[in-house]
Amino acid sequence: MEEHLPDKSPMLLQYNPVHKKIPVLVHKGKPLAESLVIIEYIDEVWKHNPLLPQDPYHRAKARFWAKFADEKCVPAMFRAFSKVGEEQVQAAKELRENLKTLESALEGKQYFGGETIGFLDIAVGWIGCWARMNEEVAGVNMIDAEMIPLLSLWFQKFLELPIIQECLPPQDKLLAHNKEFHKMLMMAAALT
Amino acid sequence: MASGSVADQEGQVMLLGFWFSPFVKRVEWALKFKGIEYDYVEEDLTNKSTLLLTSNPIHKKVPVLIHNGNPIAESLVIIEYIDETWKQNPILPQDPYERAMARFWANIIEQKVREPAREALFSQGEQQEKKVKELKEGMEVVEGEAKAKLNDKTLFFGGGNGVGYVDIVLGWTCNWMETIEEVGGFKVLDPKSQPQFHKWMANFREVPFIKPTLEPKEKLVEFFRMVRQDRLGLVANK
Repeated sequence: MEEHLPDKSPMLLQYNPVHKKIPVLVHKGKPLAESLVIIEYIDEVWKHNPLLPQDPYHRAKARFWAKFADEKCVPAMFRAFSKVGEEQVQAAKELRENLKTLESALEGKQYFGGETIGFLDIAVGWIGCWARMNEEVAGVNMIDAEMIPLLSLWFQKFLELPIIQECLPPQDKLLAHNKEFHKMLMMAAALT
Repeated sequence: MASGSVADQEGQVMLLGFWFSPFVKRVEWALKFKGIEYDYVEEDLTNKSTLLLTSNPIHKKVPVLIHNGNPIAESLVIIEYIDETWKQNPILPQDPYERAMARFWANIIEQKVREPAREALFSQGEQQEKKVKELKEGMEVVEGEAKAKLNDKTLFFGGGNGVGYVDIVLGWTCNWMETIEEVGGFKVLDPKSQPQFHKWMANFREVPFIKPTLEPKEKLVEFFRMVRQDRLGLVANK
């Protein structure tokens, strides 16, 4: 169900009163928020094609890295997109270094999940799509293929998967949206 | 995460921690709740051990749980690992929806209470005021959930008389919140506007395996006062 920010539907506000944000999954009338929480729920209710590994230690590793990406890569990426000057330079540097650290979690495999995608691929795959598009919009290098050759390759492979392709938003629309958003952020930055 | 180089016998559990860390306490509570034997290693903040640095090379922080030579970091990740590895006394609910709600509330507590509390402790002036405001709003959300879930028969978020995941995640507020208030010089705890939360704190403190683990407030205040002065001193010198 497509939501229209900033006019959030009454259903959204009812189902996620604490954050008033998407995504919200509603299953059997019960709402759930927070993307990683939702993914774990999906994995526990629908037992075929498991997303998380079976072994508790490997599950812990996957969760650890999802947290790392959310805390160390995503904020730096947004700062690299929304800031200017020295702040932007620093944020992009931090992002590239943290992506390098994230790359080590691949451990030489094709995907974080091994031969096929799993929880961690799904948790961080969007970063590749977003960063690739927004490097150009913001005029800053986010994915340094020389610095992170394996992760770079993984981003590409992940985004080419038919199942992922099916879910990607129309790229031209997304680009237009991001350009608009960036313009607004630059105006805001100029005013401070 | 690097594999621990310590050759542990099958099943040996080691926890690397700091006495003053609320994150470490969470893991200890999870271990004690399940009756798991473990070796505790007190780390030195100013001189971190090789074991810590090799077990958690990414963050170099405690808590780190080492089980069968495998190191696990991040308190919430560790608690889920413990719950999945030792099946007695489940910490998370069995039902997938209830589990998801427990994880959701753990995130809320982290984002809306713990983070602002830490930031309020280590800031001053306008920046601190901003964080204290955020913290107060977070407490309102927690009180709301406590009002909804707790009553005379249901003392804990885990349901009934037993603590569960959310209680363990929120437990640091007992003693640490008052410490942060005193050291930071502000007030967020208010029994009048947070009656259910205060009832919960009183009950949590009395849980037999929790009670002896709570660090005396005076000791925490002395320590965190020193850390705050140190941190703000650094900021002023920049």
